[in-house]
Amino acid sequence: MSLPLFLEQTLNGVQLGVMLFLMSAGLTLVFGIMNLINLAHGALYMLGAFIAATVADKSGSFLLGAVVAVVATAAIGALLEVALLRRFYHRSHLDQVLVTFGLILVFNQVTQLIWGAVPMRFNLPDAVAGSIELFPGMNYPVFRLVILGVGLVVGLLLYVMIMRTRIGMWVRAGASNRAMASAIGVNVEMVFIGVFAAGAALAGLAGLMAGPILAVQVGMGEPVLILALVVTVIGGIGSINGALVAAIMIGLIDTFGRVLLSPALGSMVIFLAMAVILAWKPKGLFPVHG
Amino acid sequence: MRRLLLAATMAAGCVVAANAADAPIKIGFISTFSGPGGVLGQELLDGFNLGLESTGGTLGGRKVEVIQADDQAKPDVGRQLADKMVESDHVQIITGVNFSNVMLAIAKPTLDAGVFVISPNAGQSQQAGKACNPHYFSTSFQNDVPAEAIGMYMTNKGIKRVYLLAPNYPAGKDSLAGFKMGFKGDVVGEVYTGFTQLDYAAEIAQIRAAKPDAVYFFYPGGLGINFVKQYAQAGMKTEVPLFGPSFSFDQTVLPAMGDAALGAYASAFWNEHYDNAASKKFVTDFEAKYHRLPAPYAAQAYDTARMLDAALKSIGGKIEDKPAFQKALETVKFDSVRGKFRFNTNHYPIQDYYLTEAVKDDKGRVVMAMKELIAADLADPYVQDCHMPAASN
Repeated sequence: MSLPLFLEQTLNGVQLGVMLFLMSAGLTLVFGIMNLINLAHGALYMLGAFIAATVADKSGSFLLGAVVAVVATAAIGALLEVALLRRFYHRSHLDQVLVTFGLILVFNQVTQLIWGAVPMRFNLPDAVAGSIELFPGMNYPVFRLVILGVGLVVGLLLYVMIMRTRIGMWVRAGASNRAMASAIGVNVEMVFIGVFAAGAALAGLAGLMAGPILAVQVGMGEPVLILALVVTVIGGIGSINGALVAAIMIGLIDTFGRVLLSPALGSMVIFLAMAVILAWKPKGLFPVHG
Repeated sequence: MRRLLLAATMAAGCVVAANAADAPIKIGFISTFSGPGGVLGQELLDGFNLGLESTGGTLGGRKVEVIQADDQAKPDVGRQLADKMVESDHVQIITGVNFSNVMLAIAKPTLDAGVFVISPNAGQSQQAGKACNPHYFSTSFQNDVPAEAIGMYMTNKGIKRVYLLAPNYPAGKDSLAGFKMGFKGDVVGEVYTGFTQLDYAAEIAQIRAAKPDAVYFFYPGGLGINFVKQYAQAGMKTEVPLFGPSFSFDQTVLPAMGDAALGAYASAFWNEHYDNAASKKFVTDFEAKYHRLPAPYAAQAYDTARMLDAALKSIGGKIEDKPAFQKALETVKFDSVRGKFRFNTNHYPIQDYYLTEAVKDDKGRVVMAMKELIAADLADPYVQDCHMPAASN
């Protein structure tokens, strides 16, 4: 492998990792703070892509589509929390898996009813649709650089918000001891709705960023969800920086595994990596609790 | 007393027989209606229903009852549905099946029960070769042939170095094997990607480094959308031309690919711009009814309904006479959207293949335009393994 090709594949790996991070961030947030396994995260990702594609197509503005999609998925997330999922915080993980898996089926069918079974069009604005020459002989799609940028900014914002602000303190307090946090005046109920809405918005953001690269179709969330769960577990459940490190690691392992190994081995190398890391660190790379 | 009973039974038997001639023909339509493959079942059903509408809702003058079911793209589910339709609904024909692996699970038990199986899409090699069956017919194509046709075209055009990609599963491997039967140049790369892989950036970078003359890929449905979009975004479309199977460039995926598909080539036996009267009527009627352009799936299913009608008309609607129905199908004449249509001895079609190119039509939609003829009367290679058993009940 020549040096320019090696650099390009490294960039591909990091970029894939950042895309996985966008998906995993919301998952790990909800999982870590509310102790809720939300498989419907993949459905929110799908809705983010569909809503953004529709609005962008009708209005001609990608940005407007993005804003509407993020707001809408946050609202859907808040609604889900209030109407259904808050009843499951203290139930077993199996109950949570069952109810959120049911939600996947419901959302898939509703999406098919509204948008039809034919995959959607989701065109990029001309400014980011093409590729640029990063260095001689290496063109790179502009939009993938945008994904890279957005992912890193989101990671930074989340870190600052949770670790350095008062809101973040409430969130951490509510997560570690709900009763005590309530007693000292934190409105835990509102905090949890907010966290869930933020998690949903992150899923929507991941979906709308993936939409122009991937097929916007019913069921698009499930394959990504599996990778996001791998990232969440490796990174340490609930850890945002763990998710970022694990996502980029998985992106690189997957990319080079595919290029260098046989297809059978290449497609399972990330699961081998997960097994090795969990054998070494059962709570993930950056354990949050204990 | 015993004689009376016997007479009564015989009379009852006559009544049943008389009813059978008037009774509706029962057709089981098993297809994928949910999940990412759900679009295929919908196309097939819409095409089939439109075909039935064009024959006045009857087949060979008899009323039709279509029982529809969703196989969820799962062979075991398809098998259960087929068993139920054969045993409790007493269907005479099972059709609709889109995936080859589902068809493999359905075909044997259904054929063993003496029920006809008409594939409007699934084109597995087994029933074209050793497992060919008097009651099994395909109105679509055998999986290898479209790939072989595009390989022939690329050889004829003097393309020397080609890079191949497919998902790592049986149909992907079959397609690349079919391609290599038609292509005589060098294969500089042959990559099998994971079946659920979403991102092809790494593969595209490898293609760029290998500098082939052309790329042939086999990515059905969403996989194809992912690949074609990412290929265009990487700026590769202008560097290395893209060739694919017709279902990677049809109306179930082209709207989602948009401009990214423009300039890509495929091989096809039918496309939405095919210039003959039957095809034009089909496309016009389809657009009027469903407000979108049809994909080849719909055309195949439309042909299936019209072929059944023509075959049954020639025998007065008597589908119960299985040897006669089989014979009628083998020699059927009808106005196919493909212009001409005939079955090979293995009951798979012999048909013409054309080159098609993704272009914009006058309404700004991305469509496949018909280019040159690649090969006339192309048959699949498995026919030599088929020793068709004698007709039976």
